[in-house]
Amino acid sequence: MSDRGMLSRLAESLYWIGRYIERADDTARIVDSYVHRMVEDPLNNEDAACRSLLSILGLEVREDEQRTVENTLEVIVYDDENPSAISGALRGAFENARRSRDHISSEMWVCLNTTQLRLPHTEMNARQLGPATYLQYVRERAALFTGLTETTLSRDDGWQFLMLGRSIERIDMTARLLTARLVGADHAPDWLALLRACGAMEAFLRSARQENQSNEIAAFLLLDRLFPRSILSALNTADACLVELHPSNERIASPDLARQSLARARSRLEFIDPANMIEQLPDLLPMIEETCWQVNDAISAKFFRHVNAVVWSSEGAL
Amino acid sequence: MAVIFADDLSGAWNEMFEAPSRPRAIYKGFFDELQRIPVPELRSRAEQLSRTFLDRGVTFAHEGEDRPFPLDLVPRLIDAAEWDHLSRGISQRVRALEAFLGDVYGPGAIFADRVIPRAVVTSSPHFCRPAMGVTPANGVRIAVAGIDLIRDERGAFCVLEDNVRIPSGVSYVIENRRAMTQTFASLFADHRVHPVDVYPARLLAALRASAPPAVADPVVVVLSPGVHNAAYFEHVLLARMMGIELVEGRDLVCRSNRVFMRTTHGEHPVHVIYRRVDDDWLDPLQFRPESVIGVAGLVNAARAGHVSIANGLGNGVADDKLVYTYVPDFIRYYLREEPLLDNVETYRLDDPDVLADVVSHLGDFVIKPVDGSGGKGIVIGPQASEELLLATRDAVLRAPRNWIAQRPVALSTHPTLIDDTIAPRHIDLRPFAVNDGRDVWVLPGGLTRVALGEGELVVNSSKGGGSKDTWVISDTVAPSHSESPPPTQPVMAHLDPRRQSDESLPHGSDQ
Repeated sequence: MSDRGMLSRLAESLYWIGRYIERADDTARIVDSYVHRMVEDPLNNEDAACRSLLSILGLEVREDEQRTVENTLEVIVYDDENPSAISGALRGAFENARRSRDHISSEMWVCLNTTQLRLPHTEMNARQLGPATYLQYVRERAALFTGLTETTLSRDDGWQFLMLGRSIERIDMTARLLTARLVGADHAPDWLALLRACGAMEAFLRSARQENQSNEIAAFLLLDRLFPRSILSALNTADACLVELHPSNERIASPDLARQSLARARSRLEFIDPANMIEQLPDLLPMIEETCWQVNDAISAKFFRHVNAVVWSSEGAL
Repeated sequence: MAVIFADDLSGAWNEMFEAPSRPRAIYKGFFDELQRIPVPELRSRAEQLSRTFLDRGVTFAHEGEDRPFPLDLVPRLIDAAEWDHLSRGISQRVRALEAFLGDVYGPGAIFADRVIPRAVVTSSPHFCRPAMGVTPANGVRIAVAGIDLIRDERGAFCVLEDNVRIPSGVSYVIENRRAMTQTFASLFADHRVHPVDVYPARLLAALRASAPPAVADPVVVVLSPGVHNAAYFEHVLLARMMGIELVEGRDLVCRSNRVFMRTTHGEHPVHVIYRRVDDDWLDPLQFRPESVIGVAGLVNAARAGHVSIANGLGNGVADDKLVYTYVPDFIRYYLREEPLLDNVETYRLDDPDVLADVVSHLGDFVIKPVDGSGGKGIVIGPQASEELLLATRDAVLRAPRNWIAQRPVALSTHPTLIDDTIAPRHIDLRPFAVNDGRDVWVLPGGLTRVALGEGELVVNSSKGGGSKDTWVISDTVAPSHSESPPPTQPVMAHLDPRRQSDESLPHGSDQ
């Protein structure tokens, strides 16, 4: 029903499925790189590294508590009540898929349903054998879901909302990861691990010159036009989705708050000199996170909440 | 090791065997086929079936938990002649109930003619005053009916109850068939089984036919209470197979007696609502004000004729169990026909003599609340404890209008896979009828529910029941579009995952 839009509730569910799956996937990648670093580098301060990891993911860190890898994984990976944790994000995606089950393809639904059904077993194994199996499982299921979405979902409005959610989440997560590197440099994964966390290692090595590597990596993750997880690329995708969702034939279009925010962020990035990327990160990253908030709110207001006052007076009058 | 069929000692009618090891004519080919299959293979197929259901989310919610509705591997077969009789009987019954509802919420001729006392109808908990004056565009109040049938000890089908509010379970009929053709294709090879997946198209046609007359291309939606409803799976399946939107109350808004759905492009009109929400929760302005799953103003929109609601408001008076006792009279009164299907022998407790007689032998009867559905509140006298009988006696004496008594019927039994044997278990049958205003069509087959506990007589999903695929066998011409492949076709065609889709559900809190 793309000519008349889709149910707001469904649009919202699809948007959140996109966000939650991306979040689970990205979180699994980030946790993986942190855990890897802690294992490789026994001199690293476990408590500080865990705090750094928790703060990237926007999770509350209590001062008085000693953080260990184990209790951190409980919070970030296994807590299904918390939508910022992997398990919670998967559950969020599952719950939203339940509500939009008539709209996504059966195969997408079956994928999320079986992911959910097998999660307790995977968790049990991971508690014995280490988190790697669990993280691997999450990444594989996310990839499967993405593939099924690609091949079984029509490119209608629902698809656009799913892509939109995925893009916004991706921008947010990449920005968080870079922030961690910036503020908690001693405990955060080094620049190469960060690339790995974004699945960008090979793409970077093939594309880049090797001098001043940290600057190159930052520039790559922010600005690369071809790599789909770069912030600029995700901003472009999000904007393309919004154009598809609301094509305008008017010569002077009314303002679209979400597109305005995206455009501001894009132009900031476009005018940057990649040679001094690192120096500019402290300004750019908060701006990008702010953009994610603004776009999210603007999309919600525009598409998901058509609240109209109930016209009581006319009810019952025949 | 071949399958062992446990002897049937229940005294009930056995659907498959006329005598031990002597299958009835219609089951002969099937029986031979089944005997060739080793037990371990049967078991592994059964496990495969239940795993498929769970993965695909073919579940119903019971006490807050998603459970699969177990499908038994052994299908139930009904021959063409018997089905013809059943479908004519069901169609007749639905036409009479339709006429009755039109009369109750219209002229009330049946009261004037003293076929049923007005007080019996107006005292029904489901009698709905706001429905007076809501006239459906094409006269249809029962777009979908689920008529529960049982086969008694003599082998005769009779009607146990009518469900004309929001009968559920049809998704299991569709889903069971899909699962059976996938896991047990060989069984279909020798039978011409009527297809069941035509149901959504018939339903959609009936819903479109009920649209307000001024609307050329009506927008039809399924209104669901949401994911926590026991039948949510069914709502999804039907919406998907009809290709229409599945909405919840908060997706709809009424303005100037018209109904709209909230979309990303603003509000769009809705003309027909196939609602799976009970009357009580449908419209907080008319019924329960605390309802958050309903739509404020919906009833007025229907009264103004701008939207059609299926099934109609207040249909519950027609499936009230005291009113049920009058249905054979309705058939004679409205249709001038003799009923093709009998009721189970039932006693009206609003008659003081009958009441006195029944309460003095409560253990000899089945006692049912008049407005219950899904097996709720039923007391099986011969199986009930002394305490339960006493409590029931008090309840009945306190409000005789709210109860009926029935002769206990030994429901027919059907061989069912229980662990490593095939043992008789009691079953019933819920066929589904669709009324498009010109014709009442009955889906060939219906939902056969099986009580999995030995001797258990209440056949219901919420009581640990299961279901069976129900085959109506065509003995004349091949069905227009057969689910069974030509025997030469490779079995792999059925295992093709592309043929899988969707899901389905039982009747818990619906009806």
